Amino acid sequence: MNKARRYTRASLVFALMILAFGVILTLNVNIGSKYVTASPLDIFKILLKGHPDGGGYEGAAPEVIKTANSIWKVRLPRILAAAVLGGALSLSGYLLQTFFRNPIAGPYVLGISSGAKLLVGVMLIFVFKRATGMPFWIMMAAAFAGSMLVTGVVLLFAGKMRSMASLLVTGIMIGSICTAITDFLITFGNESDIANLHTWSMGSFSAISWQNLGACAAVIFVAALCAFLLCKPISAYQLGEEYARSMGVNVKLFRVALIGLSSVLSACVTALSGPISFVGVAVPHITKLLFGTSKPILIIPGCFLLGGVFCMLCDLIARTLFSPTELAISTVTAVFGAPVVIALMLSRQKEKTHE
Amino acid sequence: MSDSFVFSAKGLAVGYKGRALISDISFSLKRGSILTLIGPNGAGKSTILKTITRQLAAIAGTAFIDNDELKQIKNASLAKKLAVVLTDRIKPEMMSCFDVAAMGRYPHTGRFGTLTSHDKDVTRRALERVKALDIADRDFNLISDGQKQRILLARALCQEPEVLVLDEPTSFLDIRYKIDLLDILLEEARSRRLTVIMSLHEIDLAEKVSDYVMCVKGDHIERFGAPREVFDDETIAGLYGLTSGVYLTRRGSVELSKPEGESRVFVVGGNGHGIYHYRALQKRRIPFDAGILFENDMEYDVAKSLSRALFSVPAFEPMDEETYAKALEAMKRCGAVLDAGAPVGTLNAMNGRLLAEARRLGIKTVNDANEID
Repeated sequence: MNKARRYTRASLVFALMILAFGVILTLNVNIGSKYVTASPLDIFKILLKGHPDGGGYEGAAPEVIKTANSIWKVRLPRILAAAVLGGALSLSGYLLQTFFRNPIAGPYVLGISSGAKLLVGVMLIFVFKRATGMPFWIMMAAAFAGSMLVTGVVLLFAGKMRSMASLLVTGIMIGSICTAITDFLITFGNESDIANLHTWSMGSFSAISWQNLGACAAVIFVAALCAFLLCKPISAYQLGEEYARSMGVNVKLFRVALIGLSSVLSACVTALSGPISFVGVAVPHITKLLFGTSKPILIIPGCFLLGGVFCMLCDLIARTLFSPTELAISTVTAVFGAPVVIALMLSRQKEKTHE
Repeated sequence: MSDSFVFSAKGLAVGYKGRALISDISFSLKRGSILTLIGPNGAGKSTILKTITRQLAAIAGTAFIDNDELKQIKNASLAKKLAVVLTDRIKPEMMSCFDVAAMGRYPHTGRFGTLTSHDKDVTRRALERVKALDIADRDFNLISDGQKQRILLARALCQEPEVLVLDEPTSFLDIRYKIDLLDILLEEARSRRLTVIMSLHEIDLAEKVSDYVMCVKGDHIERFGAPREVFDDETIAGLYGLTSGVYLTRRGSVELSKPEGESRVFVVGGNGHGIYHYRALQKRRIPFDAGILFENDMEYDVAKSLSRALFSVPAFEPMDEETYAKALEAMKRCGAVLDAGAPVGTLNAMNGRLLAEARRLGIKTVNDANEID
């Protein structure tokens, strides 16, 4: 009886998430810019026809071609980037929370995103001089190296401090140091390099090319698949390191896999769109609340999907709220994400006083 | 290696970072026996248990489970042979008691850890054995320490191990949960031949539940043997460094619950001679009747709490024919008599009559609980 109820709940939550995904995707394609005046039916036709550069629009009205261009060249990559990167961020946060056994760990909170940003900035200013001249894979590699570097430093400190607050403070400090160095570089950098770096470091899903998106998406999907394959040891790890080991988990290898995967995921996001705040903390937590369980086999796909929905929604708000002026994506995610972090801290505090 | 031993250690040295704390630990355990490690805080009980469970590497020597050398066994197959209940307090997020217990199926499930109906059955039975089926759906973080310990025990049982290792399983528990937990362990050891290795702080309980006791003292093993050989006032006082006051090994203040079922032996005791036998019978899970005792006999309370039926007469009153007849009836029903060896004098002459009657009727008479099958 109970089991059946649990299954029903899980399917219901998944169905709702997919529905929300569809609705927000449609809204994102439709709402916003002045270019699209076509009816939903026309948009659907354009989607079916494919990219305008691929042909198929011979003899179409100029407005339709214009619409097709704006949808395929601007809007779709942006929406899909929001979906994929949001998923990657949430999953990265979930893996870090598992690793640190701490519900407020996340790539942004722990300063990992800032570390990635710093290394990308260094490459941008000292090696390639401008963002356009920098091969995307080098940007990804730099972001990954930066993520790993900061994760290493956080690990070094985290071993000594068990409490949630001190881990958080460590992350914020390291993140601030990275940001400070990045700012320092910007101050003394060349005007034109900086403009690029500055836009990028604010975090945005705009101006993402299909090639870069494809490369990132491929890496992200492989990493997400690997994470899903880890769902059994993750569930055992919920009982603690010692119990996990006693049940046959190779804890050392498992921990390396967790850190590696979460770094790859957050590096992809940082390389493609710049650091985005709080998604990694808020989404896994909301996912657990929705499913009413912490079973990784549900939470891993669930938080990936919800992360996509969440980021698409935030992007929609960022684009439309003060249109035509766009907000930075982090501005919006922080408004929704930060309260979740505060709520988590408060509920933890309450538990402590209860004990 | 003899087949009858499920676990043995040979010249084992345990410690941290390559430095041995305790060296030359050697012992062998038969399947279904209970070994308890006792000793003062920080004496190294946990270190020994962590080495046995491979949380720590052995500094020297070897240990065997089922003829396999411990360090050669793969993680996954070790998990099917050895399960643990640790002192770490766990705080799993949003997991029901059933979820926590079912995690013990880990070494038996497939790539994604999904539970088959067999796994669920095993989990339910384990929860039933620890008497926690009624809280299966509760959130693990919201139950009491005593209930948590039962769930963690059920989790370990779900692994279907041959050896169960528990580090201070009764700490933080109130007396009722302590008794329940040790009763469950006894039941598992006797009826399922589960071998139990644990550490306990409560020496009175250690005496009652264990087949073997190991006294761990800092850098060496002070004593190893059956509780009867190990437990005397001097050993305990020496082990814990007691300078004032003594621990009365013969009269621990707590008794485990009485064995369930039809009485199989009638104990004729008195004058304190019966205490050891009552406990021996309890340990072997043999239900028994006892009599005839004066209510001011020093063994009266022990007999009262462990026997199925006790035949007694009020203090300072002579034994009467009516009680004798009832006791004789019970003795015949039991079909065996254990003579605790109490002296028979004028006031308890009826106990002498009982023993004589047993001999006359050909009822099996023994002097030790081990002689009862």
